[in-house]
Amino acid sequence: MSTAPAYVVDDLVARDIDAYLDSHQHKTMLRFITCGSVDDGKSTLIGRLLYDSKMIFEDQLAALESDSRKQGTQGGEIDFALLVDGLAAEREQGITIDVAYRFFNTEKRKFIVADCPGHEQYTRNMVTGASTADLAVILIDARKGVLTQTRRHSYLCHLIGIRNIVLAVNKMDLVGYDQATFDTIVADYAAFAESIGIAGFTALPISGFKGDNITARSPNMPWYHGPTLVEHLETVEVLASVDADKPFRMPVQWVNRPHLDFRGFSGLIATGRVAVGDKVRVLPSGKTSAVTRIVTLDGDLPQAVAGQSVTLCFADEIDCSRGDVIAAAEQPPEAADQFEATLVWLDDAALRVGRGYWLKLGTQTGSATVQQPKYVVNVNTLEQLAAKTLDLNAIGVAELTTDRPIVFEPYADNRTLGGFILIDKLTNATVAAGMLHFSLRRAQNVHWQAVDVGREAHAALKEQKPAVLWFTGLSGSGKSTIANLVEKRLHALGRHTFLLDGDNVRHGLNKDLGFTEADRIENIRRVGEVAKLMTDAGLIVLTAFISPFRAEREMVRAMLPAGEFVEVFVDTPFAEAERRDVKGLYKKARAGLLKNFTGIDSPYERPEAPEVRIDTTVTTPEQAAEQIVDLLLRRA
Amino acid sequence: MSRLLDHQRLTHLQRLEAEAIHIMREVVAEADNPVMLYSVGKDSAVMLHLARKAFYPSPPPFPLLHVDTTWKFREMYRLRDRMAAESGMTLLVHQNPEAIERGINPFDHGALHTDMWKTEGLKQALDHYGFDAAFGGARRDEEKSRAKERIFSFRTATHGWDPKNQRPELWNLYNARKNKGESIRVFPISNWTELDIWQYIHLNDVPIVPLYFAAERPTVERDGMLLMVDDERFRLLPGEQPVMRSIRFRTLGCYPLTGAVESRATTLPQVIQETLLTTTSERQGRAIDKDAGGAGMEVKKQQGYF
Repeated sequence: MSTAPAYVVDDLVARDIDAYLDSHQHKTMLRFITCGSVDDGKSTLIGRLLYDSKMIFEDQLAALESDSRKQGTQGGEIDFALLVDGLAAEREQGITIDVAYRFFNTEKRKFIVADCPGHEQYTRNMVTGASTADLAVILIDARKGVLTQTRRHSYLCHLIGIRNIVLAVNKMDLVGYDQATFDTIVADYAAFAESIGIAGFTALPISGFKGDNITARSPNMPWYHGPTLVEHLETVEVLASVDADKPFRMPVQWVNRPHLDFRGFSGLIATGRVAVGDKVRVLPSGKTSAVTRIVTLDGDLPQAVAGQSVTLCFADEIDCSRGDVIAAAEQPPEAADQFEATLVWLDDAALRVGRGYWLKLGTQTGSATVQQPKYVVNVNTLEQLAAKTLDLNAIGVAELTTDRPIVFEPYADNRTLGGFILIDKLTNATVAAGMLHFSLRRAQNVHWQAVDVGREAHAALKEQKPAVLWFTGLSGSGKSTIANLVEKRLHALGRHTFLLDGDNVRHGLNKDLGFTEADRIENIRRVGEVAKLMTDAGLIVLTAFISPFRAEREMVRAMLPAGEFVEVFVDTPFAEAERRDVKGLYKKARAGLLKNFTGIDSPYERPEAPEVRIDTTVTTPEQAAEQIVDLLLRRA
Repeated sequence: MSRLLDHQRLTHLQRLEAEAIHIMREVVAEADNPVMLYSVGKDSAVMLHLARKAFYPSPPPFPLLHVDTTWKFREMYRLRDRMAAESGMTLLVHQNPEAIERGINPFDHGALHTDMWKTEGLKQALDHYGFDAAFGGARRDEEKSRAKERIFSFRTATHGWDPKNQRPELWNLYNARKNKGESIRVFPISNWTELDIWQYIHLNDVPIVPLYFAAERPTVERDGMLLMVDDERFRLLPGEQPVMRSIRFRTLGCYPLTGAVESRATTLPQVIQETLLTTTSERQGRAIDKDAGGAGMEVKKQQGYF
């Protein structure tokens, strides 16, 4: 334990607590992450920062000393890593497996540190930690120099938009505090940093274990004249103060309506500032009004700034709700439904091109599909490679399409309106982090053609309510048979119908598609779009497709107005369908002649809450048809 | 708090407050049936104050839930009822009926007391009311396993926590979508430290239980802990005699399990001063973390402790 901390607070606390509280009250906050390879000493460095800023209490220290003797890797000396490696499993393995948050204060700032894991399979945690950071400390073991992991982490930090990079060359004590070693590493890193577009970084020679250049200038490295790590952290500019100088944007979280005389819009100001009297525009509607009040429990404010949570009132009763963005009237962001974005894939299940995912951006949620990636980045070599999908930890650039206009700004300009997550609609897992680059011109130039004869008019002429009867079930379950009977009855009743059959569509519209998962998704998407056009024309559409994946059936449901999608589950047990084997397909699949056959080597996901379920072991096709027609007529 | 500095740079407390309010509003916008757990301690006091700020002029649009053990300090019950009335929120009090029936108490039942009243009681209450999101006042600086917990922390249908399978939480985007049977614990003050809590209470005049301030109170010393004899249910051991001491509490729980510190601090700045100069960490006053070695809290949480 070499040097005393440079920022002893005890003195002022003891002498004049009011003065201390006053100074603490005016501190700003810096969030930073530490990242590096497995043994670079991240946890040790953070433990040291906590120790030196007196954030370790005596009882914790006693526990730490006894733990260090039992489990420590520092030959009985205090092992600071034990202080921060929280979860039992990782204490045993001696590695940090999940991002952990730590806190300490100096005289000037409060700090939140995200301790980020070093090894490859936990990249998602590093991206998580980096997303809220103003600064990154990249640790390098002085004995090892710039490693693959160093490059990976630097690239990720740069990708997430961290502008302040600190290169902490650690374990200088183990290389004899040698300046040449330090200089070589810095030169290596500088060449790499420039190659990926990192504009600048600050390099520091330190020892987290011994405390050199952490809070006090190291007497062991007289050749180093720069700031200590803590001095540097105390002086860099925080992101929040940069955001304040951008145009005003506030995503609406919640409409505050306690009674008829008050209507306020609550949110966290993402960028810029707003004052009473300011003209604002609500996106995507484009309606304008003026701010009449900025309401808080402590009284109304004359103005507010990026980073504050406020409630705004308008002069006019314009539509505004969760998901809308309130912006400076003369500098509004744009809205679009097609984008290019960088995606970091965070889930074990790979991206399914064409499948619908929930996209959450600010307070907006929509359904989004991702195209085949333009390329993925090999984060070790930074080469751009062709890829069909994105696997866990993959980073790629791809186009996305959303089902509604999303108010956005490029991520580089605005983290709040440019950063998004993708959520799997079935597992609800957060599967990707995304950063929007720009909208595609297609979205700006292709407008909906307004038509005079709309879907209501088409339906009214036919005197019927359009619908899609979506038959799903195993191959040979009886979908086509039942659908055919239903159509015959509806036709006899004078209804305008059309039956889309799986096999028939594959002869024409979808003859370019095979039976891989991606092709099956695209098959259903196209059928869904065709069915939708037909309902626009006022028809009752019947479709008979295996449609094995729940997500695609839900995708089609989401394309249609509420109530128009009627899911009919033709529930025939697998064994029974195989026994019937009407087209001889099961036999072929069993013989290995058909790949990706549903129920054999490709899954069938049963509907959870279909509008109709037909158990074909107890219901005849005629009974089933009658039941479905009844339901449809009752509904109309 | 809301007055900006001349140069319009937000202080750390302003940023923490804005973050907590943002989180609370997200939950209200996306959860079906949220609730705020209210334990009457200083962290709960700050949480309640933040909730009032987040939704003003509406009252917070969710109830307060106190999972009661019947063994809290009397002054805690008084403040609880007062704050519920002042905030205009519904107060739900749950006491585990099985624990009542079996007479579970801190003197006879040790760890079972916490398990039955708090862990089981909480699960019962959440299941009974069907709450899908519960706000808690846990902070990441309190304890090692908390440091790694997400702000939106998911629990299985049996209220278990799987630390290895946490959703990545990026920017300030929270994925509040749950699978069937899952519920969410939400920790809006995750990023606050004990000092931040005290400072916030000081700056905003947040009402707290008077036990946080020093006063002459009847005490006995037992196993190195100073315990307060709060009512007649306290069982004195042979030879024990309550002694009046000037004490205060750094954390509040069941009174027979909560250690006091000797103190003369009667104002908030004095309390903060003592806190900063003190040499023992916050949870040491509670017996609960000491079970099961260093992993005590992590094990408890996997079992469903908040």
